[in-house]
This record gives sequence, structure tokens and C-alpha cells, in this order.
Amino acid sequence: MTGRVIIIGGGVAGMQTAITLDELGFKPVLIEKEESLGGKLCRWDRLFPTMTPAHEVLDDLRNRLGSTSTEVHTATTVSGIEEEGRGVTLTDGRHLEAEAVVVASGFDIFPAERKEEYGYGLYDNVYTTVDVERMFREGGVRMANGQTPKTVAFLHCVGSRDEKVNQRHCSRVCCITGVKQAIEVKQQIPDAEIFSFYMDMRMFGPGYEELYRQAQQQYNIHFIRGRISEASPTIDHRIHIKAEDTLIGRPLRMSVDMLILAVGMQAGASNEAFSQNRHIELYPSGFLRPLNQFAGNVRSSSPRLFYAGTVTAPKNIGESINEGIAAAYQVARTLNSKRP
Amino acid sequence: MTSWGYSISRPRSIDIDRNDMSYSKELLREYPELQTCIACGNCTAACTAANFTSFSLRKVHTLVRRGEYQGMAEELEKCMLCGKCRLACPRGINTRQIVLTIKKHLANRSR
Repeated sequence: MTGRVIIIGGGVAGMQTAITLDELGFKPVLIEKEESLGGKLCRWDRLFPTMTPAHEVLDDLRNRLGSTSTEVHTATTVSGIEEEGRGVTLTDGRHLEAEAVVVASGFDIFPAERKEEYGYGLYDNVYTTVDVERMFREGGVRMANGQTPKTVAFLHCVGSRDEKVNQRHCSRVCCITGVKQAIEVKQQIPDAEIFSFYMDMRMFGPGYEELYRQAQQQYNIHFIRGRISEASPTIDHRIHIKAEDTLIGRPLRMSVDMLILAVGMQAGASNEAFSQNRHIELYPSGFLRPLNQFAGNVRSSSPRLFYAGTVTAPKNIGESINEGIAAAYQVARTLNSKRP
Repeated sequence: MTSWGYSISRPRSIDIDRNDMSYSKELLREYPELQTCIACGNCTAACTAANFTSFSLRKVHTLVRRGEYQGMAEELEKCMLCGKCRLACPRGINTRQIVLTIKKHLANRSR
């Protein structure tokens, strides 16, 4: 019994899994493909619905992880997982052994350029919610010419609920992210007019609906139900958008200084390779399918292979961290029962 | 002149760039809670006028908020100000007051 447990992915779910496994007396081995730990959260400025700085959550996880005996491998990529969770193969050909494997490799951000009709990467002043978080971290929302936008449109569900880009699922957290960012833009530019084009507003978490209502009533964000069909650049580098106001039943058009695309979560690119393992099954969406969605969310059909976080479905940070704890306990249950 | 029976169709699009949005802003400044409307249609479902005519407060206030006024005064004439919509609204919007306010504005506007 070595007690070594490999965790693939050093985002919030993976870090929490390692922390809990260490507490339970195991030897976590955390593998992260990027240079540093933290995953997608490293790119975020403040978190919905409380506007907590993202670094507070990250610093806490990093500090707690730092006081464990976790073996951390950064800039290391896993290419395959052994059938019964006895180890992983790395892209450099090395093999790492373990008694169990927790897959916490997360999701990929939907590449907005795939929705060509919105002109992301083609025209100036079309950004994604991820770009906007970067702008917040770097001091504020600015147009390509360095000026402050006066009219901003958010478009929800970019790369979610859309068969045209093979993303049929709802990414869940983009609704509240769009609402949070609309408020933040308004806080930075109080005289800006902000329009949010949405299909449904899915405010599933505690405090989310309250934040949505605040955006409406206190921050004067205009919510228009309808998906933007296309965006085109105007001669003065603004963005002209076309939609239907579906609550009125008439087409609507307007020009804005900036268009922000609320990009969804898509399945991690590595899921395909991991599914070579016969115990790892994919949903049609490409996310990994857990043993069941009720009491087996962090388990696979192999007793030594576990999941945590957004590798199985879009989740928020709290849910991902909870799954890290749950996965660690499931690992402990299996490995302790096999101890003499 | 000979009439050939053809005419030019007016565009149906709501053009936010061209519409006069000043009253929309004024209305929302006065009644910010109107923005919390989630378009559930409970007001229209509870409305006696809507049961017999095409009147829909949900549509009327949304159009006014987009700077579309044509036909709105006639629509609002259908409201009998009974206030059932206000009892039904899950967001607690004073819908009856909204009707009165918009009517007053439209009357001033046409003067």
C-alpha cells in the first residue's frame, strides 16, 4: 500500500481533492498541464454573486495545499489513464503509478470565433466574458481605441444550447456571469447604457436571482429576450446588431460600442483521450458520464477511477470544490476497504 | 394618377438608434421596479380587458420602453383600471400606476 492517488488537473476541484486526501492520510500526486495551479479561476477577477475577489479563493486553496505533502507536477500533461486506475501515462512517455486516479481536468472555454456571425476576432470591440475579466483585472473596460464604451450589449448563450456548434447543453454559470459583469461595467461607467440579450435567465444558485433583480432595478440593465442573429461592424467601428425582441414579436436593431459574448463551457479536449479507458464514458456533449447522477456523481464504473468538478458537467466553484471533497472520501472508502 | 394597388411596406424593425428613448429613460427613472418585469404574463392572464380584447400590458410597456408609441394610447384605452394585474404581479410592480403614468405621458405627447 503506497497510498498514492493521482489527481489530473490542478484547478479548484483538483486542489481540494488533494487537500482532503492528504487530511485522510493518503499521498496525493497533483498533475497540472499549465505552469501554475488554479485552473480557469486564475483568469477571473471577481466572483458571482458576492463579488469576492477570485484570488481570495485561490490563495486559500494554495495555502492549504502548500501545508500538505502533495507531490505537485506542473507543466505536465496526461495522455492516458490506466484501465483500473493504477496510474497514468504522460505525454513525455513517462508512467506514474498510483492506487487510484481522480480525473479533475475541467472544461474548455467555448471558442467564440466558431460563431462567425458575431465577428469575434474579426471586428474590433467584440469580446468574450473571459476577455472582460482580463480587462477588469487590468483596470477597466476599454474599447480597441482606448476609449470608454457608452453603449454595451451582452449576448448570452454563446456556445450553449446551440446545435449549430454541437453544444446542446446549458453551461449554467454564464447567465449569472453576464449579470455580474453587466453590473461591474455599469459600476465602472455609470452613464453607459447596457443591454443584455438573453434566451432564458437561469439563476440557479443562492443569491443569483437577487443579483439579477439588482441588475434590473438598481443598475438599469435592459434585458431583451432574443438571440442576436448577427453582428456587423459599422463605418465608425461600432457594432450593429440584429435580434428579435421575442416578447414583442418584432425584429430589433441597434448599434453598440462594444459587444460582449457570454461564452459557455465545453467538454475538455482531453476527455476524448481519457475515454480510451473502457471505464470512462462520454456524454454526447463530450463531458464524462459519472456512475450515476444521484449518489455516484464522483464515481466511474471502475472502483479506482473518480471524477471531481467540471470534467463531468458545467459547475460553479462551490460545487466543484464540494466534489473534490466527495471524490477524496470515495477514494478513501475504496482504498481503506482494500487495506489488510 | 393610376393606382396599381402597390404600396411601400414600412419596416417592422424596432430601431433603438432612431427611436426616441427619452421617455423610456424617464419612465424607468420614476418606476425602476418596472425593469424587474420577467415577462411572465400574469398581469395579462389576470386582466379582464385582455380576456375580451388584444390588450396586453406586458406588450404595451415593453413597446413603450423600446420607444415605440404608435397605437399605444388606443391600446391603453382598453384598460379599466381595476388593478387585478397589480394583485397578480409576482415582482410587486404597481402595474395600475404604470398604466396611468404612460397614459398621462401619451396625452401630453399628442398635445
